[in-house]
Amino acid sequence: MQNSLIELNNCGVIRNDKWLVRGVSLKVTQGQIVTLIGPNGSGKSTTAKMALGILKPDEGSNTIKSNIKISYVPQKISIDWSLPLRVIDFMNIIEKFTTSEIEEALSLTGIKNLIFRDVRNLSGGEFQRLLMARAIAKNPDFLVLDEPVQGVDYPGEIALYKTIQEIVKNINCGILLISHNLHVVMSQTDHVICLNGHVCCSGAPKSIVKEPEYIKLFGKNIDPTLAFYQHEHDHQHLPDGSVDQSN
Amino acid sequence: MFDDFLFRAFVAGIGLAIITGPLGCFIVWRRLSYFGDTLAHSALLGVVIAYALSFNIILSVFIISGLISLSLLYLQKKTYLPNDALLGLLAHSVLAIGLVLLGLLTFIRIDLMGLLFGDILSVNFQDILIIWIGGAFVLLILIKIWRPLFAGTVNLDLAKAEGLNPELANAVFTILIAAVIAISIKIVGILLITGLLLLPAAASRNLSSTPIQMAIIASITGLISVVLGLFSSITWNTATGPTILSVALGIFVLTLFPWKKLLISKKEIKLMDK
Repeated sequence: MQNSLIELNNCGVIRNDKWLVRGVSLKVTQGQIVTLIGPNGSGKSTTAKMALGILKPDEGSNTIKSNIKISYVPQKISIDWSLPLRVIDFMNIIEKFTTSEIEEALSLTGIKNLIFRDVRNLSGGEFQRLLMARAIAKNPDFLVLDEPVQGVDYPGEIALYKTIQEIVKNINCGILLISHNLHVVMSQTDHVICLNGHVCCSGAPKSIVKEPEYIKLFGKNIDPTLAFYQHEHDHQHLPDGSVDQSN
Repeated sequence: MFDDFLFRAFVAGIGLAIITGPLGCFIVWRRLSYFGDTLAHSALLGVVIAYALSFNIILSVFIISGLISLSLLYLQKKTYLPNDALLGLLAHSVLAIGLVLLGLLTFIRIDLMGLLFGDILSVNFQDILIIWIGGAFVLLILIKIWRPLFAGTVNLDLAKAEGLNPELANAVFTILIAAVIAISIKIVGILLITGLLLLPAAASRNLSSTPIQMAIIASITGLISVVLGLFSSITWNTATGPTILSVALGIFVLTLFPWKKLLISKKEIKLMDK
């Protein structure tokens, strides 16, 4: 309670007489990863927006600790073609960083070489890495990641999740992670909330797979704690396909 | 010196070009070009009211355009109509009210051509003061709201989530457009104001690779258009507004050639290749 960054208390959002999501309670504390899972339209993004304070809940209350730094990786951003915007400019849209800070964050997500590239020429995966880099560069207290690995190839996905884990360790921030990819995420998560219009079940990753509600939604065969597969390559590929020589 | 109408026109026009550059960029980025048109249509009502009450035209148009901007923001929240329908609704109904009022007030004689296409002869010292002082305010406020406005242009949710107030910035921005439209009436006329906002920004887009660069190049393009346009308009005795816009169009066509490759420094090309 004492160091909880955000807290949703029995929150719900209603649009056109239909509850998008209802009765959601969750809290994220420092150094903790909370994962939201659920099928499409289950209210994951809506819940994230309440946690961010973008959306006011129509029921219940959302409390955000004052003076905390928030970083957000939204699910989808489309940049208008009329906007000339390079990677370095995008990094600076909310907060201005020094070039070395930007380079450091970009190399964490593996796209340092794209710093002067126009953002509209980035691939989906590269853009996702850019969104992550910008969020990290801020050194946030609270980080919300809405499907952060969409469009990223499988090895890149694992690398990005590793990066997320390192961020939590290094800057000790709280993370609210939204994902439909149950296998990779859950083994690294402290707390899982399974949404489908309401909280179906929640708990530690190991216990949640035994819940009947979870099995009903995702089936019996998925055991997330075991499904995390570690690639044991003796080398690493950079995003452009070349082999990393540094180690 | 201010007795010379030509000098007054240049001073007014240059002041105007500097502010339309960056504002025009935001109009292009935010897809607001029809919003500019709507305000320009409503300017007639402002002009009629100004004549009826013998009030300064620029101030009167600014007040009316500002009210229209605010009603648009209100209607966007209160109705299910799409933006273009709301803009059309406002543009034509306010134009209609302006024309009805003009018919009722038979003692008013408006120089319709001057109103539609601009008339440099009518720029007086008071107008110059309003353009430069008002313009300086517009520019200062734009710099002040640049970050939330720009971040909100890229992504509204992102800007809101990370503690900026893009919605307030949007509201302020619409008032700024209203101010610029009011200011530019005498130079380019209500029919072509949107063009003065759009053309320099459009030309600038072809030359720039960063947002700030685009805003500055748009100002320079506007400046060249106004200066060359005014000269040509006096030399060949053509209407001011259309002449300025024709020059701007000429510059836009020139920018379609691949100058950009020549302008990027070799260092950046090297960095891109890495």
